[in-house]
Amino acid sequence: MNDLNEMFFQECDDLLEGLSSGLNELENGSNDEEIVNSMFRAVHSIKGGAGAFGLDQLIEFSHAFENVLDDVRAVRLAADENVVALLFTASDHLSDLVDAARNEDQLPPEQGASILSDLKHMSGSLDDDSHAHDGRGEEDPPAFEPTTLTVDGGLPPLDDMLSPTAPTPLTITFKALPQLYTNGHDPTLLFRSLQELGSLTINADLSSISLLRDAPWSAPTLSWTIDILPDDSVDEAVIREVFEFVEGLCELEIQSHASAPPIETLPPLEEHTQVPQSGAPSLGPDPRETKETGVKPASGSKKQPAARSSTIRVDLQRVDQLINLVGELVIAEAMLRQSMDEMPHSANGSVDEAMSQLKQLSGAIQESVMAIRAQPVRGLFQRMSRIVRETSKEAGKSARLVTIGDATEVDKTVTERLVEPLTHMIRNAIDHGLETPDQRLAANKDKRGTVTLEAAHRSGRVVITLSDDGGGIDRAKVRQIAEDKGLVRPDDDLADADIDNLLFRAGFSTANEVSNLSGRGVGMDVVRNEIQSLGGRVSMQSEPGKGTSVTISLPLTLAVLEGMVVRVADQTLIVPTLSLREMLQPGQASVHTLCDGDRVLALNDELVPIINLGAALGYRTDPVCLGQQSLLLIEDDSGRRSALAVDAIAEQREVVIKGLEQSYQSISGIAAATILGNGRIALIIDTDQVIALPGRMGAAEPPAPGATGDVVNA
Amino acid sequence: MHDNETDSNSTKRVEIVCFMVEEQDFCIEISHVLEIRGWTSTTTLPHAPDFILGMMNLRGTVLPVVDLSLRLGFGKTEPGKRHVIIIAQIDEKVVGFLVDAVSDIITVDEAEMQAAPDVSSARTQAFIRGVYSVNDALVRAIDVRAVLPQGARLEA
Repeated sequence: MNDLNEMFFQECDDLLEGLSSGLNELENGSNDEEIVNSMFRAVHSIKGGAGAFGLDQLIEFSHAFENVLDDVRAVRLAADENVVALLFTASDHLSDLVDAARNEDQLPPEQGASILSDLKHMSGSLDDDSHAHDGRGEEDPPAFEPTTLTVDGGLPPLDDMLSPTAPTPLTITFKALPQLYTNGHDPTLLFRSLQELGSLTINADLSSISLLRDAPWSAPTLSWTIDILPDDSVDEAVIREVFEFVEGLCELEIQSHASAPPIETLPPLEEHTQVPQSGAPSLGPDPRETKETGVKPASGSKKQPAARSSTIRVDLQRVDQLINLVGELVIAEAMLRQSMDEMPHSANGSVDEAMSQLKQLSGAIQESVMAIRAQPVRGLFQRMSRIVRETSKEAGKSARLVTIGDATEVDKTVTERLVEPLTHMIRNAIDHGLETPDQRLAANKDKRGTVTLEAAHRSGRVVITLSDDGGGIDRAKVRQIAEDKGLVRPDDDLADADIDNLLFRAGFSTANEVSNLSGRGVGMDVVRNEIQSLGGRVSMQSEPGKGTSVTISLPLTLAVLEGMVVRVADQTLIVPTLSLREMLQPGQASVHTLCDGDRVLALNDELVPIINLGAALGYRTDPVCLGQQSLLLIEDDSGRRSALAVDAIAEQREVVIKGLEQSYQSISGIAAATILGNGRIALIIDTDQVIALPGRMGAAEPPAPGATGDVVNA
Repeated sequence: MHDNETDSNSTKRVEIVCFMVEEQDFCIEISHVLEIRGWTSTTTLPHAPDFILGMMNLRGTVLPVVDLSLRLGFGKTEPGKRHVIIIAQIDEKVVGFLVDAVSDIITVDEAEMQAAPDVSSARTQAFIRGVYSVNDALVRAIDVRAVLPQGARLEA
């Protein structure tokens, strides 16, 4: 049951994503009817699943939603701005409901009440006929081209006849297909539900039953003719609902006695009226044919499994396990290579060739396995469009989101962890960046602001840019605030970029008053921290009057890191290239010794403290001759620079990150570990922590055993 | 030891892995033991307690190795090819214990375990849950949780 539940909610996520992308296209003026059809199917499938799990709130809402979509689909309702806005709100609420259901929770009914009544109202004016048309809109979409008038002409009589106030006797022809039984449905139960809707006369058609000796018996041959006199207020749509869960699994035809003529005026239905009646056994085994002949309203939703079959759902843990195993394969390959290199050269020959092939293969496997975790940022971007809608509404501004490159693929973990920072950035862009509509008009801009979210792959990294066409950063104001808060001195000489960077400082907020939107006491510094913890960098560009853009650059995956392999005191360590600025060979640099053995590096009029890495990590206690060492210039988040003194710099390479906290504990100065080609473990340096390690810059922490203090005393 | 408790009056049988550290017999329950491997070189950790020999690579998993001899107060082991690492799972963590040799796997009665004598030092009381007498030898049962480094605190 839990598995089923899980599957349903995963499916809901996909469906909601599809719904949301459909809405975006609709908003952009596309009038491809397949879009509306797929949106309808999405909502309908959610409703169906919700029905199976008894999620009443979800059923009620998706039902109302579905009705409106159905009206749009049948061109009874024009998809104008208001309708699209309502659909957006509804899809947001639907995803809230799904989330609530996932958490086995219920939303307070008043939360969606207004949306629900809006939806009902929108479809309500057309309610009488909306359901009656269900069948045709889908089966023969071309008939519902806005330009085709023949269908509209046929509508009014149908309207009259299906008016719920005057129930007319109906004849239902029902023939079960093999799948209906395989899926565990039972016609008897369907008839029983029908019984609740009116008085029934059921006749089984035994004519096509074959003799026992005439196999196959696997194809059901029974069909039923049901005459029903519906109770008051029961219309055809209600009756169709009874068959909702067997749609596509049966041949179903509902005929109204009082209305034979109108049906004839509708070509799409007429086509089908003949096929199911024949009820030939040969039709049964072919599911494709059934789909085409099924007269059920949303039989289209059954088309989805076919489209979805190109993907499979895999437990993330299995993927991670595979990634681990492939990582080991690569290591094993490297170990093999290394021991081969130690063998006499003549012995190799053909083995060498096989080895290089193996190396290529294992590299290719590793790449493809990593790609499994990659996901398009589309889902992430779509979540953001909701933020844009909500924020602009709250801020009283008008904004739209333009997304570019939403097919760009990023590691799943990265997309998940980008939600928070992006949300915050978008709130900032709308709340602080965009001007009010009046100001925009005065500045000769479109009243509606544009927020652009763009993703692209650039030299092995993912670059996500969020730009707005607002007023740009008010640098004078930023500077003023920074001075008020004591972040800079009034006489500091700051370039524009420096001022922009002030926005990333902790506790900074330019909003005049703390608004409900972005001024929550957290600023861009939180965004920056989160991005940095993902191994990324944030930068900001702004042009007064034209807008601001924030650029995030991220590694493609969190599992791999680009690093410089260095050797210190017989240990191999990795320095992430992300924070690496420059490398200096011994003798190249001008080093000055302050008291107590503390040394600094003079670099472009700047004095950079030198950290003896071996000593800082406790690998070595004896002072070393700096002349023999190489220096790595690193920079931390706040731009503070230090130089790491190491014995040797080996190579730059990608390493697979292995966390330490899980099996041991976090170690100050060490970010993680990795496994080298020879199977040995190398530690990855956390440069920020190394810079802040005790023994330097006013030791705040107690000195760790064997750390820098020893060197100073030596 | 509270895990596989039974309601019956019959005594509880447990399997223990016996090993040698500095010619003394110790044991841990087999339920903790994932595997036993030969010694492989480890990578020294900075700022770690001295009994943490370093991190080893077990088929792609990075795990710490505890020098049991040093931890139990026998002095530092100079690890070499004759040494063995017992890979044990303790709660969520996987840890390696460096020992001299693994001698036997035997089944004992839980009830046969005697409390460690009162005379013992603080270290004994903390690390030794009790002793079994097996074939005239005293086999000390190690409290695996206690010998691990505690939290992020440095104990060295």
